[in-house]
Amino acid sequence: MGRYVARRLLQMIPVFIGTTLLIFLMMYALPGDPVRALYGEQSVDVSQIAAIKAEYGLDKPLWQQYINYLTGLPQGDFGTQIASRRPVAEVIGEAFPVTIRLTILAFVFTVLVGVSMGIVSGMRAGRKTDTSVLVITLALISVPSFVLGFLFQWLFAMQFGWVTPTVQDSMNVGQLLLPAIVLASLSLAYVARLTRTSIAENLRADYMRTAVAKGLPRRRIISMHLMRNSMIPVVTFLGIDIGSLMTGAIITEGIFNVQGIGNLVYLALSRREGATVVGIVTVMVLIYLFVNLLVDLLYAVLDPRIRYV
Amino acid sequence: MRGAKSAKWVAMAAVVALGATACGGGSGDGDSGDSKAAVDPKGIFSVDVGEPQNPLQPANAKESNGSKVIKAVFSQLVDFDEKGEVVMENAESVETEDSKLWTVKLKDGWTFHNGEAVTAKSYVDSWNWSANIKNNQTNSYWFSDIKGFEDVHPEKGDPKSDTMSGLKVVDEKTFTIELSSPIPYFQYKLGYDVWSPLPSGFFKDPEAYGEKPVGNGAYEFVKWEHKKQIELKTYADYKGEDKPKNGGVIFKNYTTVEAGYQDLLSNNLDIIRQIGPKDLPKRKTDLGERAVDQDYNAIQSIVPAFYTKQWKDIDPKVLQGLSMAIDRDTITKTVLNNTREPATSFVAKGVAGFQEGVAGDILTYDAAKAKKLIEEGGGVPGNKIFIQFNADGGHKEWVEAVCNSIRKATGVDCAGDSKPDFQTDLDARDAKEVKSMYRGGWVQDYPLNVNFLRDLYGSKADGNTSGFADKEIDGLFKKGDNAADLDGAIKAYQEAEKAMFEKMPAIPLWYYKTNFGYSTNVKNVKFNTEGDPILHDIEVLKK
Repeated sequence: MGRYVARRLLQMIPVFIGTTLLIFLMMYALPGDPVRALYGEQSVDVSQIAAIKAEYGLDKPLWQQYINYLTGLPQGDFGTQIASRRPVAEVIGEAFPVTIRLTILAFVFTVLVGVSMGIVSGMRAGRKTDTSVLVITLALISVPSFVLGFLFQWLFAMQFGWVTPTVQDSMNVGQLLLPAIVLASLSLAYVARLTRTSIAENLRADYMRTAVAKGLPRRRIISMHLMRNSMIPVVTFLGIDIGSLMTGAIITEGIFNVQGIGNLVYLALSRREGATVVGIVTVMVLIYLFVNLLVDLLYAVLDPRIRYV
Repeated sequence: MRGAKSAKWVAMAAVVALGATACGGGSGDGDSGDSKAAVDPKGIFSVDVGEPQNPLQPANAKESNGSKVIKAVFSQLVDFDEKGEVVMENAESVETEDSKLWTVKLKDGWTFHNGEAVTAKSYVDSWNWSANIKNNQTNSYWFSDIKGFEDVHPEKGDPKSDTMSGLKVVDEKTFTIELSSPIPYFQYKLGYDVWSPLPSGFFKDPEAYGEKPVGNGAYEFVKWEHKKQIELKTYADYKGEDKPKNGGVIFKNYTTVEAGYQDLLSNNLDIIRQIGPKDLPKRKTDLGERAVDQDYNAIQSIVPAFYTKQWKDIDPKVLQGLSMAIDRDTITKTVLNNTREPATSFVAKGVAGFQEGVAGDILTYDAAKAKKLIEEGGGVPGNKIFIQFNADGGHKEWVEAVCNSIRKATGVDCAGDSKPDFQTDLDARDAKEVKSMYRGGWVQDYPLNVNFLRDLYGSKADGNTSGFADKEIDGLFKKGDNAADLDGAIKAYQEAEKAMFEKMPAIPLWYYKTNFGYSTNVKNVKFNTEGDPILHDIEVLKK
């Protein structure tokens, strides 16, 4: 187990270098120049642009820029934003706590509601409850998140007046609840469908019959035998989903005015702030790698037949 | 210029809230803000202004968000009235005899927000610092008219000096500016925020002052919560004429204009500077009189790339014909929801030197004449034009409408050439890779016709990216620059503008409008022709 984790951690190093290099190259390949962009459609001052580029090392060849970037990383130096002249680490540090709050809320909501909906409909497969869950999840999957976002905004803020239409303080968990629900709705539907199928299938499995034959109490059969085995595909999905909840929130962030990572990446991309984009992607890649490792380890917990050496 | 356009349109997708205002579902029933409620002179209101991209140093605020803050925190030597005429602000007088040596006298008693007196030195030091290439100020070229600019801002290498020889402090309240060549309209340039004075502490720690600026303006900087809001309060010792009628202002950052609009409807935001395209059609039903369309000194044109084979040696008659094939009236009313107004000249309306009717019928829709002119001019080479635009700026709809109009009227084929974003669009323009025509926008730097003519269509102008070069026009511009005084310059440039319609360096389409809205918490909300709310006049109602 320990050796397995160590091996996985070591494997992260080439993956990490590879992804940062790829993003670095992609940013470089995009047309447009972040320093030139400061001047927009107005008169351009060539000598000042050259001076600013020299200060940020943007006049150096690409490989040298990349090496400079990599050597800065271990010291926590993510580079400097060209327009604002603030350290990228500081800028990311402001947006991350917001995104993490939003993600955790959305994730908890997905797991709680999604899994329970899945269990209920899986246990009653083919009956009325199952059909109504099917209808709800189908609706959630087919409605784009911005429609749901505007609908909730109109309903809960404009009609009922329960909340303000947008998030007034991005760090306030209570206010993030509505965007989190909108964000979670799609994953929730998938989780419910996955859980339902898995449960419905495993209900007919041999080990279930054995458990019943042993005379185990129903509650124990469901929680220990059925649930554990049925959770494997769901956990796999949830692991991938954390990544997309974190970065994919841009539309929801826009509607509810949440100052998270999605919006930050979008702005940085449109301004060609390479260091910011690479920085965020780097952090995201790390999170993704760790979550995946966690998911793999969870398999062993859920299914005793899986062993890591 | 209040902001590179990229910032303005892209970054308009930005904002946050946290209100000084109460929460709760407000009504959007179209109440006029000018109700009978009493005014609270200490009241604080909020405006949607995105996160400034640059540090808040006066010569660094090139995009619109940062420049809003700079303009509230700093006062300039001069300001402009509604007609675009110069009025004195921090300056007692700005005088010259030969348009080359300018003498500035400051008003008495002005102080920075830290109590330091505003002196001639505050200005001279500020300009020397901002012009220095080493300080990396994006607007440093604004000082290029001053004698000795090359010494602090050489084209290559390190600056030779820390000061420009053209700036001299005469006494505490007087200084002189010597220009490298006479400019009869130089006082107009002085209204831009780059010319702000700076307190002595700034030069010791420019970074800290860029995070928390100390100015001489009507509003004092309180704090900047990054990506959330910027708080300003009224400066009690302000000596200017425009003393605020409110207690302060909060600039809130919104991620999208739509989010800002929702907050406006529920009174969590007091002023939205530009209502987003999605909400424009329903703004009048939602807000009633609180949705206002205000003239804005900015123009949109389509510009032929004169370096292409297609337009290289074109007969201007063809361009005149294309111009007359565009039904500006209908397009602004339908596709653009009345957010623009058909252009009647190369110059925006609220600018000194604007001439009514200078275009003749060239900017009026007339399909028959358009067709005739194009035929007389030898037709459009290839019989097809492309209009390059950036897909992230909401231009697609009107480009298609313009193309339809041209196609229907003249039979010349026309299509949009979409670039994914503004950066890519600019890149193609800079690299002179536009294949036919491109969308061009210009917001005033200063409210004078010169800024809309010389700075865009002079063959050596930095803003001229189309490769338009015409000796006659250059000569007429030169005549204006050599005029004895401001009036002479304006008149000479008006002549030049007339001649430009014979050359057609661009096809003017329409003037912008600011489509703003305000909540029921405030009244007396007006915008100036630069597209900014007139902060000091806004009154907050008692709750």
